[in-house]
This record gives sequence, C-alpha cells and structure tokens, in this order.
Amino acid sequence: MAALLDTIEGRKIAGHHPCPRLVVDEDGWRFAASQLSAGHWTLLGLWGDTGAVHMAVLDEGAREIAVVTVLCPHGRFPSVGALHPPAIRLECAVRDLYGLEPVDSPDTRPWLDLGFWDVQHPLGERRDAPARRALYPFLPTVGEGLHQIPVGPVHAGIIEPGHFRFTANGETVVRLEQRLGYVHKGIEALMAGATLDTAARLAGRTSGDSTVAYALAFAHAVEAAMNVDVPPRAIYLRALMAELERLANHFGDVGAICNDASFSLMHAQCGILREKTLRAAQSCFGHRLMMDAVVPGGVARDPGAGCVAEVAALLEEVRRLFPKLVELYDNTASLQDRTATTGVLRGELARQFGAGGYVGRASGRAFDARKMPGYPPYDRLDFEVPVFDAGDVNARVWVRIREVEQSLALIDQILRRLPAGAVRVAIDPNGEVREGLGMAEAFRGDVLVWMRLEGGRVARCHLRDPSWFQWPLLEAAIEGNIVADFPLCNKSFNCSYSGHDL
Amino acid sequence: MRRILFDSLMRRPLTEAAPVKDEEMLAELGASVERAARRRLGRSLSIREVDPGSCNGCELEIHALNNAFYDLERFGLHFVASPRHADVLLVTGPVTRNMREALERTYNATPDPKWVVAVGDCAVDGGIFSGSYAVIGGVSGVVPVDLHIRGCPPRPTQLLKGLLTLLEA
Repeated sequence: MAALLDTIEGRKIAGHHPCPRLVVDEDGWRFAASQLSAGHWTLLGLWGDTGAVHMAVLDEGAREIAVVTVLCPHGRFPSVGALHPPAIRLECAVRDLYGLEPVDSPDTRPWLDLGFWDVQHPLGERRDAPARRALYPFLPTVGEGLHQIPVGPVHAGIIEPGHFRFTANGETVVRLEQRLGYVHKGIEALMAGATLDTAARLAGRTSGDSTVAYALAFAHAVEAAMNVDVPPRAIYLRALMAELERLANHFGDVGAICNDASFSLMHAQCGILREKTLRAAQSCFGHRLMMDAVVPGGVARDPGAGCVAEVAALLEEVRRLFPKLVELYDNTASLQDRTATTGVLRGELARQFGAGGYVGRASGRAFDARKMPGYPPYDRLDFEVPVFDAGDVNARVWVRIREVEQSLALIDQILRRLPAGAVRVAIDPNGEVREGLGMAEAFRGDVLVWMRLEGGRVARCHLRDPSWFQWPLLEAAIEGNIVADFPLCNKSFNCSYSGHDL
Repeated sequence: MRRILFDSLMRRPLTEAAPVKDEEMLAELGASVERAARRRLGRSLSIREVDPGSCNGCELEIHALNNAFYDLERFGLHFVASPRHADVLLVTGPVTRNMREALERTYNATPDPKWVVAVGDCAVDGGIFSGSYAVIGGVSGVVPVDLHIRGCPPRPTQLLKGLLTLLEA
C-alpha cells in the first residue's frame, strides 16, 4: 500500500506541525472514509472548526499521521460514520457544537446537547435554543420478556454521571445503550481566545485522572506549532510524572476492579500503593495529581535533588508489595471466576475502533502513543507494550499489571539518566497563525490535542480523550453478560466521562 | 492471602491521626447546623457523593478518604449509594446545565435534616469553567450549600478536616 500522504490528494496547509494537514474536496473526504472503513487507516479523531471539519488519520503500517480537512460552505459534509462507525459519535458532537450536518449519518440524535443550553451550536453559528426539549429516542429492542433498566445519570458509587439504558432478558443483557454528555462543560469554547497559560490549565482539567497526560499532549501541540525545543531535563521530568500518574491510576483500577468482584482485600492493599505514589508526587512536584506541573515549554518547577531518593524509595516499596498482590490476584479462584471470560471485547472491534490503552491491548491491539508517533524521552528508553488476546476483564487487569512493571522499569531508567539543566524555555506566541497536533499516552490510552494559535492566543483547540473510542466498545463487550457483571466490566474499561463530554 | 492478612496484623496501622477542625469552616457552619438535628443524628453521618460536572479530580481524592491512611469510617462517616439514605450531599465540580435537574432531584430525594458540602474550587463559583454556555456556576446556584471545602482538588486531609468540622459544629 502506498504511504498515507501519497494517496491523499489535497492542498497542503503551511504552518501545521509535526504532521501535514491537507484540505480535500468531498470526494477526497469520502476516499479517506473508505480507507478507514477498509481498515487501511485508523481514525484518531474528528472535530469541527469554523466552516470546516477535520479528521486525524493514522496509517499504522507507514507510521504516518495526517489531518484531513473538508470545507463546509453549505453547513454539510459527507458522513464518515456512514461508512466507519467509530466516527458516529464524533460527528454527532460536531453537529451539536458547530451545526455542521454529517450527511447520511446513521445517527441523527443529539449527543452532547441534551437540551438544557440557552444556545444551539455554541461554537458555530449560535442561535437561541428552542424552548422545548425533544424526547431522546433510545434504540428499539423487540422481543418477548425483555425489560429495561435505566441507570443514572447519578450512579451509586463515587463516580461521574452518565446514563446507561440496559435491555435485559432475565439476567442477561441484550443491549446496553449509553447516553453521555452530562458533564459537558464547554471546554473547547473556553479555550477559544484563551492565553496559553489558561488553556494549559483547562487542558489539565479535561479529565482529572489524566491531568499529566492532557497537559503533556497540549504542550506537545503548542511546541510543535511554535517549533520549540524543550530542555532535556524537562523531558525526563515529564516522563517521570507521566509514569507516576500511570502507576497511581493502575493501582487504583486493579484494586477497584477486584472490589467490584467483592474482593476488598486487593482494594485496600492497592489503595495503599496508590496513596504512597500520590504522596511521592506531592513531595516532588507539589501536587498529588501533579496538576499544572507540565507546561508548554517544559515543567513548572524543578523538584530538586531530593526527588530521586524519594521516588527510588517508592519503587522499592512497590517492588516489595506489588508482586504479592499479583500472586494473590492470580491464585484466588473466586476472583478469577468473576474476571476470566467476562466482558469479552473481540479483537477486530478493538482494531476497527482504534481502541487505545488497556482496552485495545487486552484485545490484541498494541498501539501506544509512546511508541507511535513516539516522543522523547521514550525513544531513548527501553520498555515493552504488553499485549493480551483474551479481551476479557482478566486480560484488562493483566495489561495493567504488566504496565505497572514496565513503568517501574521506565522510572528506574529516568532516575538514572535524569539530566541537569534548565526545566523550561519561554514560549513567545508571536501573532502568526500556527497549528499543531500533539499526542500523549495517558493511563487509559492516547490523548490527542489539536490547536490553532492566532494573535498569540489559542484560536481553536480540540482535545480527544481515548474514551471516545472505548465507550462504544463497552456496549459491545457487555452483550450477553449478566447485569450484575456490568460494574466489573465498566470498571475494567474505566472510561472517562469528563474527558469524553468535554 | 493469609500472608498478606498476617503481615497487616503485625504491622502498625497506617491510619493517621485526625486533623483538627477548621475555625473558618466552623464560622461558615455556625448558622446552618441546628443543634437539635445534630443530637438526633449523633456522630454518624451518611454521605452521598454527587458529581454534577467535575473533571473527576475531586472524585479521586474523595475516594482516597476510604483508604487505610484516612479511614473515614472511624469517624462514623460513610458513603451510601442512594440520596434517600444520606444526611450529607458531597457535591463536586461546577454544575453543568446538563446536570442541573439531576442535582436538584438528588437534593429533593435526600430526607431532612440534610447538609450540602461543596467540594473543590469549581464548586464555589464554577472556577476555571465559569462563563461557559454549558455551566451554571457554583453549587449554591442550584441547591443551598452549608460548607465549602476549597482546593483543586482539596487534599484528603482538607476534606477530612471539613467533614469533621461538620460533625462537631
């Protein structure tokens, strides 16, 4: 197959980094959709702009990424979702936010606009919202003995809000349909016109559990757009933070998944490891979740010399305790009984949706943004991306376990090689129009940030959470499982509501 | 499993001493907590957490209250699954327009006497998200708030301090 760039015919936009952006006509757009549908490319994101729609595509074989743009002078564009289902929800979001219509989209329902805003199309041609809110039609289910269980938006645990509509036959789930958008905060509208500082803080609050990864992807996009070289020490400190964030979240998840199978001992023990990780983060970077620690141009502050010993002590403790917990997980038959063969996600669906993180890797998809497109310092560090094929809750737990081990090895290398020197360079956002795309591997998968800088401020910024491509797969994975296993399946996916709803 | 349980038995507990209550928070609470209601409920409070728009950072730290270091339940405080079982609503984040009705309904489903604790900087006035078409603002714009615990997100010790202040006001 020809490389990605050679196959797309379009007008190349100057000042878009690090990958090219091409403006295509509707035929070129349809061609891109057909390439996605045929499985030649993977969809990385699809988002609106003033009078245009962009999509980022990845050619895994050629290791190339491109952004393709179609102009919509009449407020319409050919639906990608009509050929390639992973685009459907993204296109519904474009329609809600920009008023641009995906022609022939299989889903004409609103997605983020639940009918409570004062305005319609807040990022496009704004108009007053209609006074009455239309009823939301869930997909029909027909059959004898079927019943519906509506859950949410307010859930029973300490978790984010969203609505799940189960249709069950006895105990077995026949269909799950999600309805999200409840925590839509209008982050992309707040980004428009924001200074780099404010925009970086917003990016870091898109999904609090991935604040480092978001800040990193945002910084990558700014640095690509402005062609800035980040000091080596900052690059290593960023990776240290990213791996600490991954550790903390994986500890939390492994414990919480076991807790949802009523095995609270793991939850308690993993909670201890998570707390210790957060305390190390607090003492090194001044914040338990390391919010606002990664900034465009570097990191906010140098943690000083004491940090190395602090993190090394954490590693030692984790290496002492974690293997015992892994053994406990592996040898507890009653726990395995709940996680093995539960919530199976088929490999071809994971590939079709370009599922990242543990969702993709537990179903045979090895993609990791640290490897592809890759970013420093990971190109100089030795690590593996663990992949399993079973696709069940158990496999998603094992990916996390193996990733904890990889993160420990990565942090070892980072501490050993941590260079001296400055930790930040000033970025002068001159008035030029510059565009950048950035990616970072969060604990749940790849975060993508695209932005246009104009007049020294952010003109447009889109943040794509890995959950966009994982939420729909949860609907598929739960099919045929019992309702009581839903919390377990849901936790093993641990998708972000806030990151998705924006 | 036995080894882990045995190790835990032999080790000194990880749980830390309770933080002292906060004078500033006491002042905010002074007017809202009736002594009669307090006597009736004793020292035990059931908490229902509601997220009407948070970035999920506050949720992470609220979760931490249940870990071995903070051990919320030793104070008689515990999280419940339904607002109908709750004495306290712990509300995080700015309130989005899409969650307003759900928050109101959750509040109305909580029996009296009840208290609302708004958690995090966003819950005060919408924080970094204020001014958005999709956000109403702070929690007090939708339901009456008895206590604010600031922070982005507040650390578990700050949360604990706030909740203990509520308990002992």
